Amino acid sequence: MLADLQPRTATTSVDPPSAPPPPPRRRLRDRISRIDAKWAPYLFVAPFFVIFGIFGLFPLGYTAWVSLHEWDISGPGGFIGLNNYVTLFGDPDFWNAVLNTVGMLVLATVPQLFFALVLASLLNQKLRGLTLLRMGVLLPIVTSVAAVGIVFSQIFDRDAGMVNGLLGLFSIEPIDWRADKWSSWTAIATMVNWRWTGYNALIYLAAMQSIPRDLYEAATVDGASKIRQFFSITIPMIRPALLFTVIVSTIAGMQLFTEPLIFGQGSFAISGGSLRQFQTLSMYMFEKAFRDFDYGYGSAIAWMMFLLITLLAVVNFLITRRSR
Amino acid sequence: MRRTQPLLYLTLLAAIALSAFPLYWLFVVATRSNDVVGDWPPPLTPGPNLGENTGRLFAAEDANFLLGLLNSALSSVVVTVSVVFFSSLAGFAFAKLRFRGRNALLLIILGTMMIPVQMGIIPLYMIMVELGWQNRMEAIIVPALVSAFGVFLMRQYAERAVPEELIEAARVDGCSTFRIFWTVVLPALRPGAAVLSLFTFMGTWNEFLWPLAVLEADNPTVQFSLSQLSTTYYTDYTLMFTGALIATVPLLLVFVGFGRQIIGGIMEGAVKA
Repeated sequence: MLADLQPRTATTSVDPPSAPPPPPRRRLRDRISRIDAKWAPYLFVAPFFVIFGIFGLFPLGYTAWVSLHEWDISGPGGFIGLNNYVTLFGDPDFWNAVLNTVGMLVLATVPQLFFALVLASLLNQKLRGLTLLRMGVLLPIVTSVAAVGIVFSQIFDRDAGMVNGLLGLFSIEPIDWRADKWSSWTAIATMVNWRWTGYNALIYLAAMQSIPRDLYEAATVDGASKIRQFFSITIPMIRPALLFTVIVSTIAGMQLFTEPLIFGQGSFAISGGSLRQFQTLSMYMFEKAFRDFDYGYGSAIAWMMFLLITLLAVVNFLITRRSR
Repeated sequence: MRRTQPLLYLTLLAAIALSAFPLYWLFVVATRSNDVVGDWPPPLTPGPNLGENTGRLFAAEDANFLLGLLNSALSSVVVTVSVVFFSSLAGFAFAKLRFRGRNALLLIILGTMMIPVQMGIIPLYMIMVELGWQNRMEAIIVPALVSAFGVFLMRQYAERAVPEELIEAARVDGCSTFRIFWTVVLPALRPGAAVLSLFTFMGTWNEFLWPLAVLEADNPTVQFSLSQLSTTYYTDYTLMFTGALIATVPLLLVFVGFGRQIIGGIMEGAVKA
């Protein structure tokens, strides 16, 4: 379609607006086009800002307001200042959810990014069938998210699961993966790792491919080993991509919800197991707001999550920027 | 050709086997009967029960799987079309048009892009109550009609892909700004729009927390319906797996059809799914 336009613009440049239309009509047209030039941009960005303002920004800010109130399904009660937050800081279930979320975040992010880096450097070579290979590593992200939860819940099942079957080959007793913190975290983190490793690998691969070849050639001439080249050239050169993936996976990890919820099964799903072994912050917020209908308290949890995410993003940013 | 090649291919094949296996397992279980799923060694080839499982799935009470599929298809398509259109429109304005307050507005978009919108779901739910949209698909569709990330992405794309001369020439022709957008800019933005639409479709299809909050089990999205299966029928693996398989097929089709663009989009950077 772009090509179709080329001849048209060419003819217009040959034929400049040399024959002026009658003056009155022209003035009207000028005015219209001036109004158009002035207001069209606002009209173009308006739909976004109107809808995003009502359904995105406003709720975000209003969450803070709600969190300062006693507020349940029947509507706002009294203004109670920071009381919800005071209660929250003394709430063991909240700290449990923070611990679970951060624990799974670490278990899910560190291996994910490490394996992505390895996979990317393997893919960053002259290979046959590169497109197929890339599509292969990307298969997990096109799996419907609840499907991931369902498949891995079965794979990690105590009685019927494949993981326990494989462990049995080494005479390891079957593990009840849902029962403990460490085991449920591992199972849930496995889902996240499986789903996102390939995606991150492709981001790293793109960054690696933009590194000039002669850097490596010069290093080879200087006698630097492959490993040395990886740490002294590749890693520093792909730092923006590293930063991007660390921040994105941190933000996503702090909001982990679907995988643990599906993993929970049955009636203890939203509480993340009978002892809240794997209840994340999102799940706790959801439980308070949409099971107990305590909107005020739920909003306080939402804001604490927001602060934690911001804090972690800033810390990540500073660490990644500093380490050379 | 170096000598390390066979080893390299072997490692990569192993990695791909790992990323494909859960999907394959999803398929195998969906075609089997419940008696054999938990066997050891596990059955690794497809069986004859897919039809029967599908029948049971669509008949499963409380899950409303068919309605879930339709609801998700509807919302994903509408949201995708809308996000791509409004993002292109605003992205073009930010990239190519001059107006007062442009930078300030752009800053708002950049600043809010990374903020998880689900932080605001409690007031959002209250808004839906006011509008009478609980348990209705409007609640899923309308808030998702625009995306800060989409505007940002299309702005980046328009900056590179739309030549100033084209716009100028169209202006000299007497085109209105919208006409310029429609006939000159939009065609040039097509590759970027393709990437954005794929990611928006996948994102909407996978949306879970918000539907769970605002919808009921009698009017679910497909992910909601799956979670319903996993709470009610959690011992019936073949049923859940059949549902999970069917919920994944649309995404797989999109992937097979547009795999190259998706990969291109991810590798051009800053694209999140």
